[in-house]
Amino acid sequence: MTTTIESKPESPSIASNVRGYAERVRGGDMGALPAVFGLIVLCTVFSILRPSFLTAGNFANLFTQGAAVTVIAMGLVFVLLLGEIDLSAGFASGVCAAVLAILLTDQGQPWYVAVLAAILTGAAIGTTLGALVAKLGIPSFVVTLAGFLAFQGLVLLLVKGGTNISIRDETILAIANKNLPPVWGWALLILGVVGYAAVQLIRARKRTARGLTADPISLIAVRVGALAVLGGLAVYFLNLERSRNAAVVSLKGVPVVVPIIVVLLLVLTFVLRRTGYGRHLYAVGGNAEAARRAGINVDRMKITAFVLCSTLASVGGIIAASRGASVDPNTGGSNVLLYAVGAAVIGGTSLFGGKGRVLDAVLGGAVVAVIENGMGLMGYSSGVKYIVTGSVLLLAASVDALSRRRAAATGLG
Amino acid sequence: MTPVLELRGIDKSFGPVQVLHDVAFSVHAGEVTALVGDNGAGKSTLVKCVGGIHPIDSGEYLFEGKPVHVHSPREAAALGIEIVYQDLALCDNLDIVQNMFLGREHKRGIVLDEDTMEEMAAKTLEGLSVRTVKSIRQHVSSLSGGQRQTVAIAKAVLWNSKVVILDEPTAALGVAQTAQVLELVRRLADQGLAVVLISHNMNDVFAVSDRIAALYLGRMAAQVKTSDVTHAQVVELITSGRSGDLGLTNGVPA
Repeated sequence: MTTTIESKPESPSIASNVRGYAERVRGGDMGALPAVFGLIVLCTVFSILRPSFLTAGNFANLFTQGAAVTVIAMGLVFVLLLGEIDLSAGFASGVCAAVLAILLTDQGQPWYVAVLAAILTGAAIGTTLGALVAKLGIPSFVVTLAGFLAFQGLVLLLVKGGTNISIRDETILAIANKNLPPVWGWALLILGVVGYAAVQLIRARKRTARGLTADPISLIAVRVGALAVLGGLAVYFLNLERSRNAAVVSLKGVPVVVPIIVVLLLVLTFVLRRTGYGRHLYAVGGNAEAARRAGINVDRMKITAFVLCSTLASVGGIIAASRGASVDPNTGGSNVLLYAVGAAVIGGTSLFGGKGRVLDAVLGGAVVAVIENGMGLMGYSSGVKYIVTGSVLLLAASVDALSRRRAAATGLG
Repeated sequence: MTPVLELRGIDKSFGPVQVLHDVAFSVHAGEVTALVGDNGAGKSTLVKCVGGIHPIDSGEYLFEGKPVHVHSPREAAALGIEIVYQDLALCDNLDIVQNMFLGREHKRGIVLDEDTMEEMAAKTLEGLSVRTVKSIRQHVSSLSGGQRQTVAIAKAVLWNSKVVILDEPTAALGVAQTAQVLELVRRLADQGLAVVLISHNMNDVFAVSDRIAALYLGRMAAQVKTSDVTHAQVVELITSGRSGDLGLTNGVPA
């Protein structure tokens, strides 16, 4: 109450940044902390119990295993930000995958036509759901639950009562089954790290020049260094030979899905953090009435969020189809939706709206993939896997609810 | 001096219920005009008519001496009229700068121009001599009631507005915070803005206002200089519509 606005550019040190972060966490803003902590614990436990968890082959598996769920979760973040839910995202991805498979295999269309059609199908589904929620005012829970059932039926009809359609298109198969040449992995990593450093430095310099508080160079160096080390380790392990018999077939390099996910992460994060559209999404999720009075078209925000969600679900469906090399009535079914919602929430996106990042979906998706993968290696039945994943989702939702209460009590958010 | 905002003979009905009868109301630059009246006297309706939320049925609406027609909040904002409602309409999950620019963000291409917005917000708060917030990049959820009110007011004056209407700004505040907000209200008027203060609290009204407009059952009972009336007279105007020579005679203006 007594301190003044910083009129002079005071450069916050690393220490003050760390203090600020600790304060936020104590105040209930846990952010990605539970996901990162969970990831470390899970990885440690699994690598002790099952040394095969730590092999390069399994590490690469994690990425292809978690990719589809992660992309669907990225879309869900947009809907969750508004305090809405999309329960149909899983089967929407299934419908889009079925459209892709029919066009590729039954109609013999080239891959880009099929991909475009799948994505447009996703966008159309999102428009319908969003319009029903925004214009008719039906709760999103009900609309998307209806969608969940209807799309399940639609997939069945599309694949003609339970046969599966196999996919033989090389380009589509490459998405989840092929790897980048090792040199490409390193090149993309260097590009990413240098680009990140440049963006951070330019921003800090601009802000300092205008007399605004900027991140100190040391903090930027720590961030860039962390990215370089983590990324470097990942690329190094992914570039190791994973084939059991390297003489017959060599298997090494960063899986093709990884750069796809990184690009989606960057683009969507840019949309959320740096554009007016993203700002308005947060505003509608935080206080829809205030947003409406500020002249934001709340209905339009809702519809576009659902369109983004279903469109990303279609991308998830394409990845799933590529990984399975086929589409069957169960594509996008069973646990896919719950895993995706779980991924977003575990990563730190709030079910109450107004809080969440695209990165949450990636971190949460990693947790879900590690659980699924590790439990599989331990030889547990899928019954146990479901129970554990359900418990983790419940745990994440509890953390969300509790941190919200704590935030309300301390006045932080 | 012509009033910045002047209403003459305003009538407003909702279906069969006439809420405002022949209301005259004027607001001057550099002054705080207190709008008082009992519950149901028509204060909110009058303010909503000014803000373009309700269309007026008949009467004249003059802005800076020129007749205007205000059909939406946007048109009111374009004239320079900003209303701070009681619920403040702030997003808890956004920071102070983001809230102040909500819906009117500065952009460079498609990218938000955070630096310019931060500078402008800091300048506005400084101009209001607000010294109670630690950082303007703080989330609004971490602010006290008085600080929130301050942010909402700063948001209203950011746009070179000429008329700022505050709906019960001190209703939910403690003693110290009330004093801070009233000080801010006075400062706005001293900077040349026309301020309308809706309040039930006579102490607040007498502490900061230059004029008092009292509504009684949808009619303007009297609009007087604060220095010309006493506490008791204003209370009488609010409760019975008249006080001595002031106010309504048999329900119509004297």
